[in-house]
Amino acid sequence: MSDQMEMFSERIRAASAEKPLCIRGAGTKDFYGNALRGEALDTRGHAGIVAYEPTELVITARCGTPLAEIEAVLAEKGQSLPFEPPRFAADSTIGGVVAAGLSGPRRASAGSLRDYVLGVLLLDGNARELNFGGRVMKNVAGYDVSRLIAGSLGTLGVILEVSLKVQPQPVADVSLRFAMSQADALDRLNRWRGQPLPIVASAWADGALTLRLAGARAAVDAAQQKIGVGETVPPGFFADLRDQKLPLFSAATLWRLSVPATAPALDLSGEQIIEWGGAQRWLKSDAPAETVRAAAAAVGGSATLYRAPAEPKERIGAFAPLPAPLLGLHRQLKAAFDPRGIFNPGRLYREL
Amino acid sequence: MNAPESPADRDALLRDLAAVLPPSALLVEHEDLKPYECDGLTAYRQLPWIVTLPADETQALAILRACHKHRVPVVARGAGTGLSGGATPVAGGVILSLAKFMRILAIDPLACTARVQPGVRNLAISEAAAPHGLYYAPDPSSQLACTIGGNVAENSGGVHCLKYGLTVHNILKLRVALIDGTVVEIGADALDSPGYDLLALMVGSEGMLGIVLEATVKLTPKPQVAQVVMASFDDVIAAGNAVAAIIAAGIIPAGLEMMDKPATAAVEDFVHAGYDLSAAAILLAESDGTPEEVAEEIAAMKSVLAQAGARDLRVSQSEAERLKFWAGRKAAFPAVGRLTPDYLCMDGTIPRKHLAQVLTRIAELSTQYGLRCANVFHAGDGNLHPLIMFDANVPGEVERATEFGARILELSVDVGGTITGEHGVGIEKVGQMCVQFTREELEAFHAVKAAFDPAGLLNPGKAVPTPRRCSEYRLTGSAQGAK
Repeated sequence: MSDQMEMFSERIRAASAEKPLCIRGAGTKDFYGNALRGEALDTRGHAGIVAYEPTELVITARCGTPLAEIEAVLAEKGQSLPFEPPRFAADSTIGGVVAAGLSGPRRASAGSLRDYVLGVLLLDGNARELNFGGRVMKNVAGYDVSRLIAGSLGTLGVILEVSLKVQPQPVADVSLRFAMSQADALDRLNRWRGQPLPIVASAWADGALTLRLAGARAAVDAAQQKIGVGETVPPGFFADLRDQKLPLFSAATLWRLSVPATAPALDLSGEQIIEWGGAQRWLKSDAPAETVRAAAAAVGGSATLYRAPAEPKERIGAFAPLPAPLLGLHRQLKAAFDPRGIFNPGRLYREL
Repeated sequence: MNAPESPADRDALLRDLAAVLPPSALLVEHEDLKPYECDGLTAYRQLPWIVTLPADETQALAILRACHKHRVPVVARGAGTGLSGGATPVAGGVILSLAKFMRILAIDPLACTARVQPGVRNLAISEAAAPHGLYYAPDPSSQLACTIGGNVAENSGGVHCLKYGLTVHNILKLRVALIDGTVVEIGADALDSPGYDLLALMVGSEGMLGIVLEATVKLTPKPQVAQVVMASFDDVIAAGNAVAAIIAAGIIPAGLEMMDKPATAAVEDFVHAGYDLSAAAILLAESDGTPEEVAEEIAAMKSVLAQAGARDLRVSQSEAERLKFWAGRKAAFPAVGRLTPDYLCMDGTIPRKHLAQVLTRIAELSTQYGLRCANVFHAGDGNLHPLIMFDANVPGEVERATEFGARILELSVDVGGTITGEHGVGIEKVGQMCVQFTREELEAFHAVKAAFDPAGLLNPGKAVPTPRRCSEYRLTGSAQGAK
């Protein structure tokens, strides 16, 4: 294990609003959010698994620990991170995974990354070492700051260490594919959602719906009889979806629409991959940003400019704008943890 | 605190409240205020200054604006079943009761969601969703009476959270009133929304950041069948190891509960569930899902439990028998209540591997303080509920019970756990917060509070202690302890 906390603290003390810090692991998610600003604070040197108790279903690791190392250690005990964060490269760090807050294909059934965060050790804007949450599954002492940190894109502090809940890997895991239109797929997914079926992931793309069934052998077998056998799914399809390696993800401009799962097919030009039972829609489109944002908002969701050139991202922001009272709360929270405004300024919102 | 002192202030506030509320929704007389003097933590009582019973959002917001204007503290209250004093009134403060907010606004069987007002009872959501084959998964043992608004405030759990999560995992969206009467929507009908995860922050915030006006909750498909295995053990350590062995076998049971001998005796006498009274510990392990899945998992758990030294194994053979096995566990608190005039319910969570050490120490403390203690344990997730029995009418027993409880919570922190798993800090455990958190961490909590409520009017004095309170606790609390 390597310890860089002293170095981090010194860098924090030396930083200022004029000379902010850009907290960065392997940089595999540099594309995500607004432009990077500030001097790089490399977190990779603060690494190592601090504790792993398979029978407690908890792992604790330092921020610079590679996600690949954590997953390998879990796999040895037949466990995994059910939220399946994207693995953009072998050296993606767990600190970056938590800061970005991205969840993979099983999100709708297994829960999101933040659902699995149990505790965070944080260095705040005054280099104070703060421990929130812990290594136990039920903990309501104090505000749930560790889950607030998940997905905050490093704007509230340097994540030193994180504790995550883990789960056993499913015994049975099969993928099925059925040719059908987007509207038909959304309709089927709506009807299956309320049934006790082990559908853990779904993806509609290119005129076909691919399902992943996982869980107890008996439950998966029974569900297959009910749903049908379907066509052969290319090996590694859901892994490629998870790691965003399917061709759509290399689009120069890619939107991530988070919408109610029951939202109908959206009237937007371009190509889509629909995940999470309809609740996550990836869109490659040249439609004006305002049109995409409005379409998502119209069905009660939001649109993130996930990958895009500086224009239009600089102009319209990576994330959908917040209503004024919510933005006010964000600014107050930012000031509470980073009063000098030194961490990843503007990465999430210009005002933070 | 922020309470106005003079009658002139009280009259001014009452005038403003009377302008927005009908007389029946504004309680000021002693006998009307009396029922609100405590919540489920009956050892602490404080008469509120005024009780308000708004019927709709307009009235609720007007009450908040009036209190904000006059700088008067506001304590939100649902069913008042909380066990940590989260709804205990504040001296010179107003109670905002959400009892009239009891409408289920929408059930969406396709989206598997329910939109409800905060005063809707936990179980009422599942009852309303039942025709669609759905239910609301978190099931605190007070689910017959407790409200969803209170569940959100406390991040309530239940006996099925190992598999189905806590309140925080089952809430999609909240409509929240801030202290100045501003309304914000937090979360979304989608699975995520941009910006900080304010939803996680709001759940479990004990009414100190905002007041829930509406909640959209996730509904879960009802499993086709459920079955439970009941296992008896000759010692609690073996039972604890059996729990670890089930997890190690890759099984996440729908419920995994343990009771020690005193708890078993108390409940058997009460519900006659057929528990093994000679066992040192009883484990209940539930499986749910399709009939095939349950058969497979029950067989696997039976084999693991037998290998772990269970001396008697019984599997529920019918739904009636399953409910009977659970009846005792679910009635543990009232059952213990029959044995003693008063009891304190602790709520620490510990890493399960320290169970033997913690139970041994609790037994020693029980002898030391001369008070009986029964233990019920959400074994799957490490949440331990020691029930300390005492008689408030015997001089000194309240103090001894309180100290005994404090020692248990400190012990939970010492072994790497927490002082509260699901009941909240409230006023009951505010002292022990000083043990679990450093001064800097508590400062950060105060800063979070100030981000939402700069004047400190929402449920002041709860959950997060002041530095002064911690100095006092360190002098009088743990200093006397037998750590």
